Amino acid sequence: MSAPAGPRGMAGDRAGESPAARIAADFLANPVAVFGLVLLGCIVLLAVIAPLVSPQDPYDLAQLDIVDARLPPGSVSGSGGTFWLGTDDQGRDMLSAILYGLRISLAVGAISTFLALLIGLTLGLLAAYLGGRVETLAMRVVDIQLSFPAILIALILIAVLGQGTGKVIAALVTIQWAYYARTVRGAALVERRKEYVEAARCLALPPLRIVFRHLLPNCLPPLIVVATVQVAAAIALEATLSFLGLGLPITEPSLGLLIANGYQYLLSGKYWISFFPGIALLLTIVSINLVADQLRDVLNPRLQR
Amino acid sequence: MSVVGAAGPAVCAGVAPAPVLEVSGLRTHFFTKAGVVKAVDDVSFTLARGEVLGLVGESGSGKSITGYSIIGLVDPPGRVVGGSIRLHGRELTGLPAEEMRQIRGNRVAMIFQDPMMTLNPVLRIDRQMTEAVLAHEAVGKRAALARAREALVAVGIASPDERLRAYPHQFSGGMRQRVAIAIALMNRPDVIIADEPTTALDVTIQGQILFEMQKLARETGTALVWITHDLSVIAGLADRVCVMYAGRVVESGSCGELLSRPAHPYTRGLLDSVPSRNPRRARLKQIPGMTPPLIDLPAGCAFRERCSRAIGRCAEAPGITRYPGPVPARVVRCHAPLVPIDGAA
Amino acid sequence: MLVYIIRRSLQSLLVLVAMSLLVFAGVYAIGNPVDILINPQAEQLERERAIAELGLDRPLPEQYATFIRGALSGDLGRSFVHSTPALSLIVERMPATLELATAAMLIAVLLGIPLGLWAGVKPDSAGGRAIMAGSILGFSLPTFWVGLMLIMVFSVMLGWLPSNGRGPTSELLGVPVSFLSLEGWRHLALPATNLALFKLALLIRLTRAGTREALLQDYVKFARAKGLSNARVILVHVLSNILIPIVTVIGLEFGSVIAFAIVTESVFAWPGMGKLLIDSINTLDRPVIVAYLLVIVAIFIVINLAVDILYSVLDPRVRLAEAKG
Repeated sequence: MSAPAGPRGMAGDRAGESPAARIAADFLANPVAVFGLVLLGCIVLLAVIAPLVSPQDPYDLAQLDIVDARLPPGSVSGSGGTFWLGTDDQGRDMLSAILYGLRISLAVGAISTFLALLIGLTLGLLAAYLGGRVETLAMRVVDIQLSFPAILIALILIAVLGQGTGKVIAALVTIQWAYYARTVRGAALVERRKEYVEAARCLALPPLRIVFRHLLPNCLPPLIVVATVQVAAAIALEATLSFLGLGLPITEPSLGLLIANGYQYLLSGKYWISFFPGIALLLTIVSINLVADQLRDVLNPRLQR
Repeated sequence: MSVVGAAGPAVCAGVAPAPVLEVSGLRTHFFTKAGVVKAVDDVSFTLARGEVLGLVGESGSGKSITGYSIIGLVDPPGRVVGGSIRLHGRELTGLPAEEMRQIRGNRVAMIFQDPMMTLNPVLRIDRQMTEAVLAHEAVGKRAALARAREALVAVGIASPDERLRAYPHQFSGGMRQRVAIAIALMNRPDVIIADEPTTALDVTIQGQILFEMQKLARETGTALVWITHDLSVIAGLADRVCVMYAGRVVESGSCGELLSRPAHPYTRGLLDSVPSRNPRRARLKQIPGMTPPLIDLPAGCAFRERCSRAIGRCAEAPGITRYPGPVPARVVRCHAPLVPIDGAA
Repeated sequence: MLVYIIRRSLQSLLVLVAMSLLVFAGVYAIGNPVDILINPQAEQLERERAIAELGLDRPLPEQYATFIRGALSGDLGRSFVHSTPALSLIVERMPATLELATAAMLIAVLLGIPLGLWAGVKPDSAGGRAIMAGSILGFSLPTFWVGLMLIMVFSVMLGWLPSNGRGPTSELLGVPVSFLSLEGWRHLALPATNLALFKLALLIRLTRAGTREALLQDYVKFARAKGLSNARVILVHVLSNILIPIVTVIGLEFGSVIAFAIVTESVFAWPGMGKLLIDSINTLDRPVIVAYLLVIVAIFIVINLAVDILYSVLDPRVRLAEAKG
């Protein structure tokens, strides 16, 4: 009895829409979320077609001219092109570097999230299905891991494993799987209690079928929300690691590395080397978070009206 | 808490004294995305000093919202859109927020249904009681504490000092409700609105609370609006009864008369469905059908679909009809009432 | 109450032991302990001597026992770079990190709770929406980048605040602190603000969610029915209910702030434990890394334990139930 002072029996009925259509409609109802989605779409698109649209291939040493180094935004290069966002200390066009950097940042974020999702999903479902002591132990491990900040775990792993792209992805996966395992197990717990699972077990349906047909679809909504948020977190974490010099190698310059490169020039006023990659990173993360926020509200069954 | 002399309204030469509370034509609507919900639609009644009015209806009848409207606690998207609420002649609707706040808890108090949730679980009882006094009077903390202690004693709670230092979860449900009543009484209000205060309690505790409330109303002259869906509670307690259905008052009159000779078919149906009134082994009588959703009320009489006496005329919404007799008069909202208007036996 | 404390302490001890096993396994079993504990630039003879001294040729369980014994007596190896005991290096830097973390937490709490309350009470107002939008920015912005921007604006462009280092410190009970001097504050300002940002956003969202939920509760309606002023309803009734979970979150987040300080300390060259860690990773000064890990795990566990106990003290329902049972 904790509802506000209002009469009962007021809910409107929206039966007749497919769940997907309803979710899409609810999502698009919020202009901020639409903005986020559009922004994200543009960013992903740019990253994918980066080699086609960037004015310069920033990693082709033949195209670089040291004379162009550290030019402010808007300067014109010796060969006639404009450096819209300035150049860095090697004479690289910032705009191109950012576009290529976006590719790498997004790729690392997406791959690590995807792998973590697979592992976490499998382990979570397994734990939920096996139940008993296995499950309890697994969840304790998950809880303990989640109680430590991601950055700490990442640093430990990098310190132990060494550096390199594969190792960074491995570290990101190791950090993230726990979120998915916990989410899946939580959803599975709720489902397990429902009667149809009892019924299915009585009918001696193969357990795999129960898991895939029933547990899995019900885990999907919260998983989608967590995964979206985690992509942003993975991208941010990778950027932080690269900034600290412990992330991707300079052969795969992500946005974090670009920012790190420009760090030393901040004090002399050449802000653009760090500033613009930062903006790109910021826009990516913010757009993902905006989409994730709305997805969370839309997929939350308790907020359905 | 001083004990006042003779209880009940004094009647001299057929003219009733000025009522403490006068509600006329009250309308409270909720403006939701799905449409307008007329939760309270033309409700009128008066309340005299020391009188107990029973406000009876099913859930969704608007009885609770009427209570909230009087004390000014209707939450958005609802608000009072029409009618008047007069306390000792002073108009309450449209009062500025600060003035309404001064009346709330002071001249008009409210008791809620679920005592588990109405007391703040993390604050001590003494604090929750003294703040009710200190919000309205500039007495010292010690004086407020003394008042709180007195109030606890008045509602029958033993060892009040110990209780004052306790937390709500250390009390039973019945005791918590007594505390709520004590809080309501501390500032000696003119009117107390009790919204189903015994529904969540055990039957035995219910009886105790009813007895306490009745006694207190008589002793202090506080008028009481008792909101409930339970007719058996009303029978022993109320002086006058107002029956509500789908946001409207369908009948009101003195308790004895209404319960023995109901005029509205709905009231008759309610009475008939009380299990103790049904003969043994016979099927329990029920009012057929369901309360219509308030968002989509049919035109005409809201009870029409469920009424065995419905006639063609009922397609047109009936207004309030007064029976001849002393004020406050018995009224009914029906085109075909069970008791004919001219008052024949 | 006592039973609860003892039970939780034992649990924590268990976790501590488990973590020490993990660190040990990471260093001695997976990594090459020879490289980790012995300076790779040492000569062959020295290496063999060190191996025997450190017992690296002994069976693993015995090594673990030695490791634990060393840890308990404060010996966690010697830094390659500084040639001083690793633990003492860390302890030396701890006050700087703790001061930074505390300042950041204070900023986050003193700003976050009021802002969150406002956004919760008036969610549809311009202010409420702006606060929520700001909070999304707050945890989307990568901490290190915000740090860079703060330096850019406040140090380079405006020249108001210094961009790195701790500046001169004063002594408090034998511990060097910054907050007692104005110069110290000037150095503390940017890094503390940077570190606070993420937690600030988190606290705002948490407080707002808690407030919105609390406002729907019956006790709020009852408080209003008593005629209490809106201010009192919110500041006493709502706040007292949401403070309990928020305080526990604050406690738990404090540990994470200490970890996040790693990044902030790097950006602002603040001489704390975090910067030491990064430097050590870069110079492969592994004993320091191991020491840092153990220290921070211990800090975490102690914080978690303290928060649990604090929660049971603050919530009268739990406190009195535990007292009975």
